[in-house]
Amino acid sequence: MDLRSLSVHEAHFGRLPVVDGPRIGKPGSLVHELEKSGLRGRGGGWFPTARKVHAVVESAAARRAWSAGRKPVVIANAMEGEPASSKDAILLRHNPHLVLDGVTALAATLGAEKAYIAIHRGSPIIDVVTRALADRNDPVTIELVTPPARYVSSEESALSHWIGDGVGTPVFGKRPFERGVNDRPTAVQNAETMAHIGLIARFGGEWFASVGEPTAPGTCLVSVSGVVNSPGVIEVAVGTPVSEIINRCNGFSGESSGFLTGGYGGAWVSQDSLMAAHWSPDSVAAAGGVIGAGILWALDARTCPLHEVARVAHWMAGESAGQCGPCRFGLPSLADDLDVIAGKHAQMSDVHRLNARLPLVQMRGGCKHPDGTARFIGTAMHVFQAEVAHHLRGHCCATTSGTALPIAGMRPSPVGFPGKDFK
Amino acid sequence: MSDLTELRLDPTLCDAHGFCVEILPELFTLDEWGYPLMNSGTLVTAVPADLVSAAKKAVAACPVAALRLHKHKR
Repeated sequence: MDLRSLSVHEAHFGRLPVVDGPRIGKPGSLVHELEKSGLRGRGGGWFPTARKVHAVVESAAARRAWSAGRKPVVIANAMEGEPASSKDAILLRHNPHLVLDGVTALAATLGAEKAYIAIHRGSPIIDVVTRALADRNDPVTIELVTPPARYVSSEESALSHWIGDGVGTPVFGKRPFERGVNDRPTAVQNAETMAHIGLIARFGGEWFASVGEPTAPGTCLVSVSGVVNSPGVIEVAVGTPVSEIINRCNGFSGESSGFLTGGYGGAWVSQDSLMAAHWSPDSVAAAGGVIGAGILWALDARTCPLHEVARVAHWMAGESAGQCGPCRFGLPSLADDLDVIAGKHAQMSDVHRLNARLPLVQMRGGCKHPDGTARFIGTAMHVFQAEVAHHLRGHCCATTSGTALPIAGMRPSPVGFPGKDFK
Repeated sequence: MSDLTELRLDPTLCDAHGFCVEILPELFTLDEWGYPLMNSGTLVTAVPADLVSAAKKAVAACPVAALRLHKHKR
């Protein structure tokens, strides 16, 4: 079954019903179904979708925009900036129309004038989506845009900034749902969230909430990689035991030293803690992790985790937009500290210096890039503390380089002029 | 009943000129990279009544307008 064809897609799921438009200051009836569904955004924040959609129509700034004739904008975020995530690309490759249905339905219920789908420049799914868009005849035309493949350009204010002004750097103090693309109220939703909206528009909120957990209903996509026999993207009900997710990937292919949850802006969790947890925001958080954009990576025990974390920290430092000092200078400092700790001459003072620097990059940025990186590093220092102790004694338990964490195109850090290559 | 005054820093504008730290050492220190670090550790700090006029000076002195004062009724 080739769901990339619109006719096959419509035969399988049924046609997208006509969605009511908004009344002044109130979204259309789809939002009521979104409320009943309990859908939460799958891009990383798990923020209640209905609340975000309400804000686009009902916040004070949104009302001012409406009365000034600045109608809302809808953006499907398929940037997928986390290198260990592939769920949005897989979803769009096999099922582009479901995502585009969600965009169409959301645009209708908000009375949006413009809609976009954002896929990072150079992505192989651009062709699939271009063909899918050519087949469709949506009331609000969906435009494909391709911002640069930078980690922070996937962030929603950065995306609105790029579409409006052509610069993909995060914006401080302007929230997209109030003032997004060209100061219009802007609903940014992850591609997977859009697919769920496309289904809720057809089958309703109660249908969606019939699986999953009361606090996080529905199913979700998980990108599972590392030492598992069948790495890939799977769909599970929210709340599925993590052990079952590993089973669905045909079990471990080797020994794992710990799990990365949520990607490079996420958190490390020990194998024992996570294998006892369920894949829901609450349960994973209780284990010390974060679902984020649905990433689960079982780190190969043959590699040195500190070396891996240092490598990724350098990459994250190079991905900074360079706008805020604590991120621009703090992340390279942290990465340098990790290099020393991952090396053969680590001292306790190096660990203390790193721990003292971590809070200096948190809560001080225009976006959450430094906070996420600090969490990635801080949780690694905790989960891999036995390995840190080894290194302090001049040993390293790594046997081979094993399966390394993925990194796309290393950039030097710190970056040059802030935001210079974000166009 | 008095107004609560807050000082807010826009980190995307701040260029580490450091005037705010000179004028308001009670509320700021410099971090190791030369950027102002609020005592709160975040981008917002409450301004005690006796420092409001100094805070206004700091806002006026910032060459890139990265500091703002906000007043809340309470």
